[in-house]
Amino acid sequence: MVSVLTDARRARHIAERVPDPEMPMLTLADLGVLREVTVEPDGTVVAVLTPTYSGCPAMAEMRAGVAARLSAAGYERVEVRTVLDPPWTTDWITPEGRRKLAEHGIAPPGPAPRQPSGPVPLLLSATRHVVACPRCGASDTEETSRFGATSCKALWRCRACREPFEYVKEI
Amino acid sequence: MSDDHVYLTLAEGHEDDTRWAYGTGFEDPLYGVDTAVPDGVDREGLAALCLALGDDALVSAQRLAEWTTRAPELEEEVALANIGLDLLGQARLLYARCGQVDGTGRSEDVYAYFRAPDDFRNVALAELPNGDFAFTIARLLILASWRLAHFERLTASPDPVLAAIAAKGVKELTYHRQYAAEWVVRLGDGTEESRRRMRAGLDGLVPYLGELFDAHDAKTDVLAVLRQVTEAADLPLPEVPSCQGGLGRDGAHTEHLAPLLAELQSVARAHPGATW
Repeated sequence: MVSVLTDARRARHIAERVPDPEMPMLTLADLGVLREVTVEPDGTVVAVLTPTYSGCPAMAEMRAGVAARLSAAGYERVEVRTVLDPPWTTDWITPEGRRKLAEHGIAPPGPAPRQPSGPVPLLLSATRHVVACPRCGASDTEETSRFGATSCKALWRCRACREPFEYVKEI
Repeated sequence: MSDDHVYLTLAEGHEDDTRWAYGTGFEDPLYGVDTAVPDGVDREGLAALCLALGDDALVSAQRLAEWTTRAPELEEEVALANIGLDLLGQARLLYARCGQVDGTGRSEDVYAYFRAPDDFRNVALAELPNGDFAFTIARLLILASWRLAHFERLTASPDPVLAAIAAKGVKELTYHRQYAAEWVVRLGDGTEESRRRMRAGLDGLVPYLGELFDAHDAKTDVLAVLRQVTEAADLPLPEVPSCQGGLGRDGAHTEHLAPLLAELQSVARAHPGATW
């Protein structure tokens, strides 16, 4: 029993460090998509992932990354499962993950919005809330596009230092 | 495992390179999900629902993808492609679920690439050609609001997989709707020309709205959004027809679906079973 627990901790430690394919400065643990790692009595390691977006093309790579790392660490039987519920939210990005994002010039997300019933919030000014520039820290920033190079990011620019930057949008 | 980069990690230890494209069997969108169907669930009804919602999403995604390299600005191209990608993701999950529930075990590829137009169950509105940007935006507002209304209800589906697909989709559809609503206001309350086009875009949808409000109870939600957004845009509310019989949901499509599918399916049909 003790060894199974120790083993689960070791397996979890290995799976946690797999980098995210699209934002490789983050690990899967930082991103909050690694939900659970357990070791079954027969020694099978079970890692549970949750996708970020329905169309996220990185899911297969995440799964392969976890399986490959665990196999390389000597686990012969590895199973990667997916859970869809509850759906992932940017609130699950850890403080450490937020720090790394900012360090790499990507503004971390604010608190996720509540559920959507009711009218469409129609504010046509581009900026709804303050996003600090990850380069110079100024709060004089504006959204240039809510959609960016990956599903999870929006494009912003800083009016103070004039640099464009990416922003992980709340979901 | 000498390198920390995930792409290099992936490249190790695989004898063939058939892992990246359609037809490789590499990626099942519901891989590793508990896919048991609870007792008492009407499997036929559930499969039909997954198929219809999957077809709406696939056909919409294909139309949105057609804007790539053609949108008025780069930002809008990226936005429309991103929205299409979300819908494609929803379609894949729904097709995979359909294949499990209808007992055929068909894969997502079979549903997307190897069915004839008559077998598709998307609403006709989704398959209409893109028209101009205003028409695309008007359609996106309606379809996102309509789908959001359904998905909110489906989060309480007795099928836990469909409920989970819906819960994830709700978040995505909320910002699709937001994007479209902001453009309707911007164009409707813009120049004389943008206003004329936005109005024409909304009016052009009207003949196809009856089908949306036939089978399901989403009309109130969609009309509330439409009323709110057209008011903010200072546009007249288009006259929404009363419910009428299904078109696309019964497999009766406009002449526009077959060419769309011909393009979407051409590679898969020219090289059935191919991997690369």
